[in-house]
Amino acid sequence: MAGAMTAIPQAEVKKRANIEVLRTLEQEKEVVFDTQNLNLWYGEKHALRDINLDIHEEEVTAIIGPSGCGKSTYLKTLNRMVELVPSVRTTGVIQYKGKSIFDKSLRVEELRTQVGMVFQKPNPFPKSIYENIAYGPKIHGIRNKMILDEIVEKSLRGAYIWDEVKDRLHDNAYGLSGGQQQRLCIARCLAIEPDVILMDEPTSALDPKSTLKVEELIRELKKDYAIVIVTHNMQQASRISDRTAFFLDGEVVEYDRTDVIFNEPTDQRTEDYINGRFG
Amino acid sequence: MKYVDAVQVQKRMNFRLIVNTIAKIIFFLSTVFGLVVLGILIYRVFSDGIGWINMDFLTGKLSTDPEKAGILGAILGTLWLMVVVAPVTMFFGVGTAIYLELYAKKGKLRSFIQTNIANLAGVPSIVYGILGMTVFVRALDMGNIVLAGGLTMSLLILPITIVASQEAIRAVPNHLGEASYGLGATKWQTIKNIILPAALPGILTGAILSLSRAIGETAPLVVIGIPALLIPFPGSIFDKFTVLPMQIYYWTLDSSLVEEYAYLASATIIILLLVLLLLNTTAIIIRNKFQKRY
Ligand SMILES: Nc1ncnc2c1ncn2[C@@H]1O[C@H](COP(=O)(O)OP(=O)(O)OP(=O)(O)O)[C@@H](O)[C@H]1O
Ligand SMILES: [Mg+2]
Repeated sequence: MAGAMTAIPQAEVKKRANIEVLRTLEQEKEVVFDTQNLNLWYGEKHALRDINLDIHEEEVTAIIGPSGCGKSTYLKTLNRMVELVPSVRTTGVIQYKGKSIFDKSLRVEELRTQVGMVFQKPNPFPKSIYENIAYGPKIHGIRNKMILDEIVEKSLRGAYIWDEVKDRLHDNAYGLSGGQQQRLCIARCLAIEPDVILMDEPTSALDPKSTLKVEELIRELKKDYAIVIVTHNMQQASRISDRTAFFLDGEVVEYDRTDVIFNEPTDQRTEDYINGRFG
Repeated sequence: MKYVDAVQVQKRMNFRLIVNTIAKIIFFLSTVFGLVVLGILIYRVFSDGIGWINMDFLTGKLSTDPEKAGILGAILGTLWLMVVVAPVTMFFGVGTAIYLELYAKKGKLRSFIQTNIANLAGVPSIVYGILGMTVFVRALDMGNIVLAGGLTMSLLILPITIVASQEAIRAVPNHLGEASYGLGATKWQTIKNIILPAALPGILTGAILSLSRAIGETAPLVVIGIPALLIPFPGSIFDKFTVLPMQIYYWTLDSSLVEEYAYLASATIIILLLVLLLLNTTAIIIRNKFQKRY
């Protein structure tokens, strides 16, 4: 017995124990989105091929890959926004909390209330800051002014923009800077109290300072939400995400924990991409 | 060697600047042309007609005697006509535009409808008069009342309103609608709260232009059979009526018999222009009110 014990070096024991810890941690985080063999066509164009991906609760999942590889398409499939393009056809399964999102009984409006989205370009409505935030709750039937006031403040605080706008809530949202507009859009998304937030290159139109603010915000938000973020910025992916999926030509080349993807990727193409050798 | 050679650039610069100036002059002249013609028209109309405008003219009944003739009936007729035309055109025009732009599947049927609407905009107005006569006056047995005339006019300006509204809806950036759908809004909520308000200024601009057309149009009403003279003032959309441009038409027609009729026609044109101005200003104020929200 003792002999067997010593046969395994101390370091190896430690490493295995660490892996065990990681495994259990992994098990704790529930899967919110379970994608199986997803294929998607825009007319004749095969944009997503056999995608298999799990998105986990309370984690940031980054999607990286060269332009045109299908990142936005995949993201928009998760809340079925992609269906706004009439030529789109999909096969395969996506389960949201165990229920197929393509099921006939599922209403897209309900799905989109639970799965919020922040777009690449800040896209506030041409309304006041207040009205931008209150829009979501209002369309879901909340009319009480006091409740709305509360939601507006809570959401703006949640997106760390409250202090900058609290004195101008009834001014036009277009008067805000690009970075503020993007955080306003995040706040607008928080106002419908989703479970998952999809972000498509949320910082690509922002300066470094606003970018850091949004990143900080994302780190804060993942305590309560599952976040999926598309980004072209490798540092950003490694800074804020727990898992990273590398897309190439509509396929998932590699999907793993972010530190694995960035430190010891198994696929040569992943390594080339994150080191800036192509894409 | 540089492709953009500084010497060559210098040489061509004079020429380029001259062309630049010529372009400006051409566009200025085309504006002047319109303004001059309009100026002459307005000058003639005003010098002929302004002397004939007084309270009696504005509030009087129609009469064969030029000294007694008034046009209150025609003013009221025009206003009542608008009471029918404006809402009917806006409802069906904007409704059709919304359907075509936001609901109808892009395909053969849609482009067939689209082409036909564009063609209808070019059909002579008298054809609409014949249609109105057949359908509203005869088949539905309305008689030549405001409602029948208004519906006919609405048909006439519907194609323009539809096309203009479609343009306005198409000009609303996609990302606004997407933002709304992304929050779980239904299609109708998105249209009502986001797309229509953003398109409204453009829609109203189209509506203003087409309503102005309806105010000035005569041919369809001639076909429907608008009485030339002496009717009681219209008090609702179910009364018989005449309108300002019809009055101008009849007076101009008969000016070879009674010389003063020509002046009455000019005076009526002035009033018509004022009514147009009034309606357009109202519409523009409404439009600007909506534009300010952004
Ligand atoms: N509406 C559409 N109609 C037809 N093809 C489309 C449409 N949208 C995207 N595609 C195609 O699908 C592929 C994936 O596009 P997608 O927008 O998902 O790429 P992406 O990875 O987000 O790229 P980027 O990093 O540039 O945003 C591309 O080849 C693109 O040309
Ligand atoms: Mg994209």
